[in-house]
Amino acid sequence: MIELTETDAGAIATAFVRERKRAGSPAMGMVMTLVVVTDEDHAHESMAAAQTATLEHPARVLGVVRGDRRGHGIINAQVDIGEGWSGESAVIRLKGEVVPHAESVVLPLLLPDSPVVVWWPQGPPPDPAKDPIGALAQRRITDAAAATRARTTAILEQCRSYSRGNTDLAWTRVTPWRALLAAALDQFPVKVTGASVTGEKVSPSADLLVAWLNDRLKVDVSRSASGGPGITEVVLDSAEGPIRISRSDGKLATLEVPGRPPRRVALKRRAVPELMAEELRRLDEDDIYAAAARRLVRMRKK
Amino acid sequence: MTIRSNPLRDPRDRRLPRIAGPCGMVLFGVTGDLSRKKVMPAIYDLANRGLLPPGFSLVGYARRDWADEDFAQIVHDAVRQHARTEFREEVWKQLADGFRFVPGDFDDDVAFNELRRTIDQLDEERGTGGNLAFYFAIPPAFFGQVAGQLSEHGLTKPSDDSWRRVVVEKPFGHDLASARELNGILDGVFEPRSIFRIDHYLGKETVQNILAMRFANNLFEPIWNSNYVDHVQITMAEDIGIGGRAGYYDGIGAARDVIQNHLMQLMALVAMEEPISFAADQLRQEKLKVLKSVRLPERLDQHTARGQYAAGWAGGEKVPGFLQEDGISRSSHTETFAAVRLDIDTRRWAGVPFYLRTGKRLGRRVTEVAVVFKRAPHQPFGESSTEDLTQNALVIRVQPDEGMTIRFGAKVPGTAMEIRDVNMDFAYGSSFNESSPEAYERLILDVLLGDPPLFPQHEEVEESWRILDPVLAHWDKKGRPEQYPSGTWGPSGADKMIARDGRVWRRP
Repeated sequence: MIELTETDAGAIATAFVRERKRAGSPAMGMVMTLVVVTDEDHAHESMAAAQTATLEHPARVLGVVRGDRRGHGIINAQVDIGEGWSGESAVIRLKGEVVPHAESVVLPLLLPDSPVVVWWPQGPPPDPAKDPIGALAQRRITDAAAATRARTTAILEQCRSYSRGNTDLAWTRVTPWRALLAAALDQFPVKVTGASVTGEKVSPSADLLVAWLNDRLKVDVSRSASGGPGITEVVLDSAEGPIRISRSDGKLATLEVPGRPPRRVALKRRAVPELMAEELRRLDEDDIYAAAARRLVRMRKK
Repeated sequence: MTIRSNPLRDPRDRRLPRIAGPCGMVLFGVTGDLSRKKVMPAIYDLANRGLLPPGFSLVGYARRDWADEDFAQIVHDAVRQHARTEFREEVWKQLADGFRFVPGDFDDDVAFNELRRTIDQLDEERGTGGNLAFYFAIPPAFFGQVAGQLSEHGLTKPSDDSWRRVVVEKPFGHDLASARELNGILDGVFEPRSIFRIDHYLGKETVQNILAMRFANNLFEPIWNSNYVDHVQITMAEDIGIGGRAGYYDGIGAARDVIQNHLMQLMALVAMEEPISFAADQLRQEKLKVLKSVRLPERLDQHTARGQYAAGWAGGEKVPGFLQEDGISRSSHTETFAAVRLDIDTRRWAGVPFYLRTGKRLGRRVTEVAVVFKRAPHQPFGESSTEDLTQNALVIRVQPDEGMTIRFGAKVPGTAMEIRDVNMDFAYGSSFNESSPEAYERLILDVLLGDPPLFPQHEEVEESWRILDPVLAHWDKKGRPEQYPSGTWGPSGADKMIARDGRVWRRP
């Protein structure tokens, strides 16, 4: 690892090349740059999650740790090419007047000609696409469930400011639910007449699931609260009876369809690195999320 | 009221995994290595990744006095030992609910009736929808018997809107006649498109990687022909001996075991014309055209080679020779190394020989395709400048660390004009490989999804036997194969064979 104090983007870029050469492999097969925007308290955990998530896709991971804005600008950096990991990373700590201009440090460090992903593991900016760092990226990943302020409306805010390339980990979290619901309808192809989603009182994922079901099924979807964890039950009503998936422990769900004995299905809540890995698999616009986000905004207007 | 299309599905929704529809699998040969090391762990891994349908059921059939729980225990042990993904209790519970076991011989009518009842029950209890895959993890000699029993007990004919499929592993026969017989047996019972021939060395990932490299890029296609390519070397080397597979290997040998299936398929993928689309049928047609244009050399003694590994040191380990292995006759003529030259009579490849070689106890474990290019027609640099420059080459590494290497000349830094070979390497990522699914996971999922296989259909199998049969017949008349020291790159005959054409084997 190379420690750089009071440095700049040029020195960080040189350090990357030096570390690579030292490790004996100047060639690199990295496919993207992942920028992690975080603060000192979460820096370590977020960088670890980013490294795990990029196992599938060797990446340059740039951690932008924003400190206090007061005083003159200082940039310190730790440059590292991973051991047992094919990417490379730099944790860049910003202090003072450079903090609001973090994008000027990030821009020279983006890998040429390859996609850029920005991830805000904690508080998402109100409009990620207009954020100076967010504007550098093709893909902007927020996490409404980790919002530090206005938690109940965080997902609504993200949906309102939706722009091509935005996604939210709250949406990633419902993929297994959506997969199972789709599979249930494959097996039991009925006309759904209504639906309901039960989950924690504040659950951006449950809200998105409601919006998605409403958008796809064109029926009313009710939302009720439970003690969690996460989403605890989804019911699709039909003339033949309800299709019900319930999960009280966050791990093992029960699937019930009319006329069949209940079946157990593994439906584990996933950790952040797994969610990020799913996000990084595709970097084009997520049309289905876009539709669900639009729907969520429209539903709240009513 | 039922609906036609599922409103929760959308082709643009690429997050949703393609979960197989309601179905189950019947596994014949429950106790074998293949089942325990590959099939059972792959099923667990699929379930763990959420790719199996709720209610997926696995029925074991074997001559064992077991109850369902005993079978579940066998699967449990296999999964614990060999699964790729972490063991999770909730996934296990989901799976274990669907385990059934039917004890019986392959000729036991009562047991097959019981199997039928079990399957009907599963439809009722678990909603498998009558969709079943039969996995033949048994020696090919029993295929006929089992297929016959299944057909007799009405298990092979699906009712409306459901499917029955069969999965078989190589070897697909040991010559053209036996391959035809085997195909006849399976074709008589199952629809050709319901027969999945598994070739795990040539996972679908590899096939798709080669296709993507060749046809998604504009960089390689213009030089992919006899104007630029000098020759192609396709190698599959193993560093291990035959291990405990004496019973299978003796009398089969390297050519039947590897060249007929893996190497010919690799050759077809590398040599074929661009298919109209990537539909399985279109791919098959193009591969078939290549195989049909293959011509064997006239002098088989000059252009083929074979060998047996002798005792020696391989990678720092003292190892026995092939003839000293347990269960191998001291006078066995079975080859453990085989190399052949093939020519493809098409406009694209005329005059470009394809050298195929495979062997056990070679230098290291590697499968690769090396496309070796002609030298530049004119060198403006002096002869002394280019002494270290060989031919440009593009190497597709299939395993291990799947990737691609390009070898070309570059100037050595310094005052003198000196040009030397350098390599440019692309790997699909060292870490990527760890988390990428096992070949069997993809294969089994393809079977359950009914994705038409990218694997050989019977025509290709028969065509490759047609190519290989004369070579095997020639070797049969020639006595014992040449010995080669373990841990080297094969017998001297192989070096001589390629030297006759003025070329050398690449050290992979």
